[in-house]
Amino acid sequence: MGRYLLSRLGQSLVTLLLATVVVFAGVRALPGDPARALAGEENNPAQVAAIRAKYGLDDAVWVQYWRYLTHSLTGDFGTSVRTNIPVRSLLAGALPVTMELSLLALTVAALIGVLTGVLAAVRRGRPAEWLANGFALLGLSVPNFWLGLMAILWLSVAWSIFPASGHVPFLEDPAANLAHMALPALVLGTGLAAVIMRQTRSSMLDALSTDYVRTARAKGLRERTVVGIHALRNSLIVVVTIVGLQLGALISGAVVTERIFALPGFGKLTVDSVFQRDYPVIQGVVLVTATAYIVINLLVDLLYSLIDPRIRVRGDVA
Amino acid sequence: MSAPATGAAADLLSGDAEEPLLRVRDLTVGFRTEDGPVSAVDHVSFDARAGELLAVVGESGCGKSVAAMALSGLLARNATVSGSVRLGGRELVGASPDQLRAVRGKEIAYIFQEPMTSLNPVFTVGRQVAEVLRVHEGMSRTQALDRAVELLDLVGIPHPRERLRQYPHQLSGGLRQRVMIAMAVACDPRVLVADEPTTALDVTVQAGILDVLRDLRDRLGAAIVLITHDLGVVADVADRVMVMYAGRVVERSEVDELFARPRHHYTVGLLGAVPSARVSGGEQRLREIPGLVPTLEQQPDACTFAARCPAADERCRSQEPPLAPAPQSSHEVACWHPAGTRPPGDRAPGDRAPGVAREESG
Ligand SMILES: Nc1ncnc2c1ncn2[C@@H]1O[C@H](COP(=O)(O)OP(=O)(O)O)[C@@H](O)[C@H]1O
Ligand SMILES: [Mg+2]
Repeated sequence: MGRYLLSRLGQSLVTLLLATVVVFAGVRALPGDPARALAGEENNPAQVAAIRAKYGLDDAVWVQYWRYLTHSLTGDFGTSVRTNIPVRSLLAGALPVTMELSLLALTVAALIGVLTGVLAAVRRGRPAEWLANGFALLGLSVPNFWLGLMAILWLSVAWSIFPASGHVPFLEDPAANLAHMALPALVLGTGLAAVIMRQTRSSMLDALSTDYVRTARAKGLRERTVVGIHALRNSLIVVVTIVGLQLGALISGAVVTERIFALPGFGKLTVDSVFQRDYPVIQGVVLVTATAYIVINLLVDLLYSLIDPRIRVRGDVA
Repeated sequence: MSAPATGAAADLLSGDAEEPLLRVRDLTVGFRTEDGPVSAVDHVSFDARAGELLAVVGESGCGKSVAAMALSGLLARNATVSGSVRLGGRELVGASPDQLRAVRGKEIAYIFQEPMTSLNPVFTVGRQVAEVLRVHEGMSRTQALDRAVELLDLVGIPHPRERLRQYPHQLSGGLRQRVMIAMAVACDPRVLVADEPTTALDVTVQAGILDVLRDLRDRLGAAIVLITHDLGVVADVADRVMVMYAGRVVERSEVDELFARPRHHYTVGLLGAVPSARVSGGEQRLREIPGLVPTLEQQPDACTFAARCPAADERCRSQEPPLAPAPQSSHEVACWHPAGTRPPGDRAPGDRAPGVAREESG
């Protein structure tokens, strides 16, 4: 287990380093000169030169990269060239919103997806399965933005169950925070719930026809135990893998969902900074997103090895 | 006090002396499938007595496993079961799910053919053995684990305490099958059904497993139903034998009697060309009999073996032979023209080499 953890951790660090290179190079490959953009209309060469000097844009590329890397590692992402607010503060404000949204969506999706998936497998060929399958099909085919708009129209505007948009920090007022987050999380989680449901259903069907489930029944265990422990634990191995693969979609879905519900998260920050060619902010946003992605994948892998002892003991997984 | 059945045959059909531990009568199983109904087991009757090892033999697809699973209601939802299974006087066919669950693992325990896949890969061996004790004996976690150590020791697993913490994939096939046995005998079941427990194992490992089964029969006094198609195994460990073909019992006998005087042509075929080939301890596998076990939509009023039988005639194809005491022997056979017997004025077709089935015209 220890060795597995170490090698997996090493892999993640290398990936992260590569991510910094890509982010750094990517931003510089964008068309347009930031110094000139900053100088504005006048385009006074002296002013442009001053700006270049101020942001170190005259240095050799690798010097710039090294500075960027060391600063990033200490959490210093520079200041926004538009607002002069430290990028770190911008990120710190946006990160909790997006994290909360994604976690809530993931929780909602896992709960709904696993429950309905198990139900569909156990009640195979009965109305409950058709209902669950229909739900999954809808969840997969309805785009987020449409679902979000409908949710706002009906649940917020027509019936006033949830607030339509905006955000209240959790620490300020937890109840209001959750009320604002409920709809976006539901909307963002629906697609993932459908994916999880379908995967759970099919791997539960596989598990229920295995020899070890037959053994569990022959031992005189309750059907609850047979399904909920012996079959489900094995099915979850596949489900966790699928969820891991879907997290990218969840993060990009969060961007769209934040726009719809006007949440001040990473999505808003990203879109704003790209439109304003605010390089330090873009770099910070992308780097943090990449880091989050790598960390989540690491967690998924660890979870995977917790569920499946064959990986834990063998200690070498690609 | 009832004398041990002289002719097991007569005793069986007349019934009532003293009820045996497991009394199965007219067990019939059909399946509803997408391709229509399938008849898997047809009016199977047998008794299993405490301290006795009953072998069930027959080619693949004869309904041995289905019959075994039907005993405690383990079949899939698309199965329909009728007849009677009485365990210690209690009827199990039609019993409630709760009643059946209380019987499974506690009074009727199973060992399956596939040791590699019959244990749950994500739980430790200890947990899986302890589970059955906790469910049926109400033991605490630690009690159950302590007992599990004893059980692993009982079935001959070295270093049981370390094995307890391991996962199935860390064990060899033979060890896994021993774990299955430990799990099966954990609650001292009265009936132990072993469905081809050695088929997937090396010959050397097989012998060890059979020793464990024999030992359990003698020590725990359980009734063991051993399903196998290895006649060497039957000769080695069985007390009585029941031969199944296409869902029916076609012959039933004490083991020595069956090997000495097989009466059904199918049994003769299974035993090979020389009917008296009492196995000399070595391995004697099932010999190929030309043709296949038919998959039947419904059971015909005919001998289902007729199409492959060297002795079949019109009667065999139009009338089902009942399981009845065989002439000139002390066992039962379901055949109009039993092998090795010569009704006056009749050539005994069964004395020809088996396997050369008469060609059916058309
Ligand atoms: N769930 C099922 N649905 C339909 N047919 C089945 C099912 N289980 C078993 N059968 C059929 O029952 C017959 C007997 O099978 P089985 O008892 O497994 O044979 P064996 O003697 O090899 O153990 C076979 O023809 C098999 O196809
Ligand atoms: Mg079988």
